[in-house]
Amino acid sequence: MAVAVIVLSQRAARLGAVSRPSGVFVARVLAGPFAAALLSWTGNALATDITGAGATFPYPIYAKWAAAYKEATGTGVNYQSIGSGAGIAQIKAGTIDFGASDKPLEAADLAGAGLLQFPAIIGGVVPVMNLEGIAPGQLVLSGAVLADIYLGRIRRWNDKAIAELNPGAPLPATGITVVRRSDGSGTSFLWTDYLAKASPAWKREVGTGAAVAWPEGVGGKGNEGVAAYVQRIKGSIGYVEFAYAKRNRMRHVALLNREGGIVQPGDAAFRAAAANANWSGTPGFGVVLTDQPGSGSWPVTGASFILMHTKQERPERGAEVTRFFDWAFRNGQAMAAELGYVALPPSLVVEIAGLWKREVGGRAGNPSRNGG
Amino acid sequence: MFAMRSGPMSRPRPPATRGSGPPAKRAAAGAWQDAVFERLTQGFALAVLATLGAILLVLFAAAWPALAAFGPAFFVTNVWNPVTGIFGGLAPIYGTLVTSAIALAIGVPVSFGIALFLTELCPSALKRPLGTAVELLAAIPSIIYGMWGLFVFAPWFADHVQPLAQATVGEVPVLGALFQGPPSGIGLMTAGVILSVMIIPYIASVMREVFDLVPPVLKESAYGLGATTWEVVWNVVLPYTRVGVVGGIMLGLGRALGETMAVTFVIGNAYKISAGLFNPGNSIASALANEFNEASDPVHRASLVALGLVLFVLTFVVLALSRLLIARLEKGEGGRA
Repeated sequence: MAVAVIVLSQRAARLGAVSRPSGVFVARVLAGPFAAALLSWTGNALATDITGAGATFPYPIYAKWAAAYKEATGTGVNYQSIGSGAGIAQIKAGTIDFGASDKPLEAADLAGAGLLQFPAIIGGVVPVMNLEGIAPGQLVLSGAVLADIYLGRIRRWNDKAIAELNPGAPLPATGITVVRRSDGSGTSFLWTDYLAKASPAWKREVGTGAAVAWPEGVGGKGNEGVAAYVQRIKGSIGYVEFAYAKRNRMRHVALLNREGGIVQPGDAAFRAAAANANWSGTPGFGVVLTDQPGSGSWPVTGASFILMHTKQERPERGAEVTRFFDWAFRNGQAMAAELGYVALPPSLVVEIAGLWKREVGGRAGNPSRNGG
Repeated sequence: MFAMRSGPMSRPRPPATRGSGPPAKRAAAGAWQDAVFERLTQGFALAVLATLGAILLVLFAAAWPALAAFGPAFFVTNVWNPVTGIFGGLAPIYGTLVTSAIALAIGVPVSFGIALFLTELCPSALKRPLGTAVELLAAIPSIIYGMWGLFVFAPWFADHVQPLAQATVGEVPVLGALFQGPPSGIGLMTAGVILSVMIIPYIASVMREVFDLVPPVLKESAYGLGATTWEVVWNVVLPYTRVGVVGGIMLGLGRALGETMAVTFVIGNAYKISAGLFNPGNSIASALANEFNEASDPVHRASLVALGLVLFVLTFVVLALSRLLIARLEKGEGGRA
């Protein structure tokens, strides 16, 4: 059945797009065929609306911004959460107005594809667990211990390494069940990136990626899959987006960051991580916000990035994209906080506006003429 | 999908009886209509064949980078590392076969029982509602089965069945190895059980329909000779209908092999091969559903397509085997008659 769907949708994709090199063709077909056909169709039908696609991690906030933006300006923003990888493929193929990815592209990759990149929203990933007698936020773990748990080296909750971080906590001898994402995801990218920075063994044996060869555990599909497994399996530990954990009141774990601070996830801790990052010194603002300096920084913080072409074939659409994000940066903070995300620091917003002005061709570089 | 007894490809043309013109004119118009109709239906049928060929071709072309890079090792090694870009699909292939086998092991006897009850034992007032209920089961979308499996069945299975199974059958030397693994309700066994629930309606309705085709005279004579219901079913009904029964089972197996969403929810999605059926595993369809969106590395994508190719070939082989089996059974029947 699956097989048939792939091929049928390939035909759909072929009908949907006009011209592109064959390598990209295969990439597009395989990455998000339905979305491709759909997006290019809507793109032609509604000239004033803009379309974006990519990361699932920021989807709730982009959707909320889009709805508010439509109300405020009448311009629709259609965002499809088809995954970061697919989003990158789509923007490279030119079928959408902006792509979104949780993993920043390298400077060379950006230049090669004629893309520019800027962060749009910041969020966090939190470990959640299911352990009787431990209150939310009571348990403290460090990156190294988490890596050992995910490597299968720490197998019981009363392990010495966990007990040392939690003197006096009633840790049972229950076995630990590791829960992780089964689908490729930006959440997993941030998580594995953090583990790799905190543990040389993880870096050597597993590495960083949206999908990795997990040495241990069961995989749940999406945040909801991981959450369901964690709530189901006694003694389990998993990781989900903060926004998701917050909405579902999951039992989270506090983390010991690199400067020895014990931090609880939340606005302040994510903001601290973002504030301490070296944004302007990184090409394409491609900072991965994990394991940032600062004793108040939440170590598994991440920005989600927007990709757009520097040379716009239809400048009015490029302008509309920058106008949308400009509007969101000015008016969207409250909405972001409501959903458990953190808006970009003001200094960064100014820098991004500068980037638009410098690099986006045509009228697109001047978003502020219709103000916020 | 599986025609039970397909006749030879002859097209008996019905005599033209409609219309009121002179016979010659009527016949000419009829012939013209027939020709158009023939071409049209032929086109539809050939389109199926062409699509099938195109699927195979595209799958092969898209899977080529993986097949070229890993060779036959792709099918027999168990590594799945998107970071280093090394892939071997044994674990999902194994998981697909094992879950389908569990599904058949549970589904076939139960379906047989359902069909037997409905055709031989059921009071006629119950026959229609029960039969409809079985068919309605087939109409439930697979994602519903998946959610039911994850939120309802898996917890119950973990709390009540798995500990019990491990304490009893799990202690038996060889058989016990199958029941090892963490009793979390997530794993190959759970996936197999959910699949069995999903395929039962298919197998049961086909079996019921073919059981109904047995001429009453045969059954009545057997009963007249003093046979029990079981003897009638085993010695009269089943031999008479076994071609249809095999077809029904293959239909179920086809669905079990390709089922995606329901399996993804409960199989655990771990690239692991273990004898213990309570351990998490993975299936081909589930791996595809999970990883396609984010597979940006060409070799990763090609490897996923190669898994799809394996599934395609697997389904094809199952189909071919069932055809062979049916042909052999039919031959045997011909010899006896």
